[in-house]
Amino acid sequence: MQPGLYHILFISGALFFTGVYGFLTRRNLITMLMSIELILNSVNLNFVAFNKYVWPGKMDGLFFTLFIIAIAAAEAAVAIAIIINLYRSHKSIDVENAEDLKY
Amino acid sequence: MTGSDIIFYILAGLTLGCGVLSVTTRQIFRAAIFLLFSLIGIAGIYFWLDYQFIAAVQIVVYAGGIVVLIIFSIFLTQQAGEKLPKQRLDRKIFSALAVFSAFALAMVQVYQHSFTAPAGEQPVPTVKDIGLKMLNTENGGYALPFEIISMLLLAALVGCIVIALREKL
Repeated sequence: MQPGLYHILFISGALFFTGVYGFLTRRNLITMLMSIELILNSVNLNFVAFNKYVWPGKMDGLFFTLFIIAIAAAEAAVAIAIIINLYRSHKSIDVENAEDLKY
Repeated sequence: MTGSDIIFYILAGLTLGCGVLSVTTRQIFRAAIFLLFSLIGIAGIYFWLDYQFIAAVQIVVYAGGIVVLIIFSIFLTQQAGEKLPKQRLDRKIFSALAVFSAFALAMVQVYQHSFTAPAGEQPVPTVKDIGLKMLNTENGGYALPFEIISMLLLAALVGCIVIALREKL
């Protein structure tokens, strides 16, 4: 069967819910961040697939993907700065140990 | 089944398999490496779709930037060779159940809808088209979001430095 839009939608949907599963089951902040990266990537894949198969003459999906990649990079950097700061004050990056916002 | 189809299925298997392993393995360093392969698989799918620029950006930003950042933060915050603690079984079961039913619901909705592709062969946008549209200030151009993204990156850069700054005691 020729791969098309539905195949890519299946992949991106499966990847999205894999990320959601990881986000629900993991209790370590870095692995939760990895799950978020998987979710963002599945959304990017969706945008690119719709741009390719439904509006091939336009470029809006491509630009949304580029901007999401830029925002994801900024978000990952800020999240890791917060995680390292949390590790300094709590000596752990488990969410169960980070119960107080103020240290 | 042509060679192109086989390449697509290999890339899809790589992406999904490494994604699942990345959220289930108990060794955090392996999780980061599986995430790297999953992101490379997605870049391969972008190449397969003929969007070379997006694929290059994906490899440069994700494989070259974010995964390296994650691996460094693992080195800074984890003890070597230590496994993540086991999760409670009921939490795993209920998460898997919720996720699987949501996935099934979404896929049923997607397969019931028929997307209409436009007739005729459309040109694949080149890097030149993307660059011209990115800095176009007329209607439909992306100059303003481009500038806003650059401000956001600057703010994130300064914010990271401020957050991670060690306080003088």
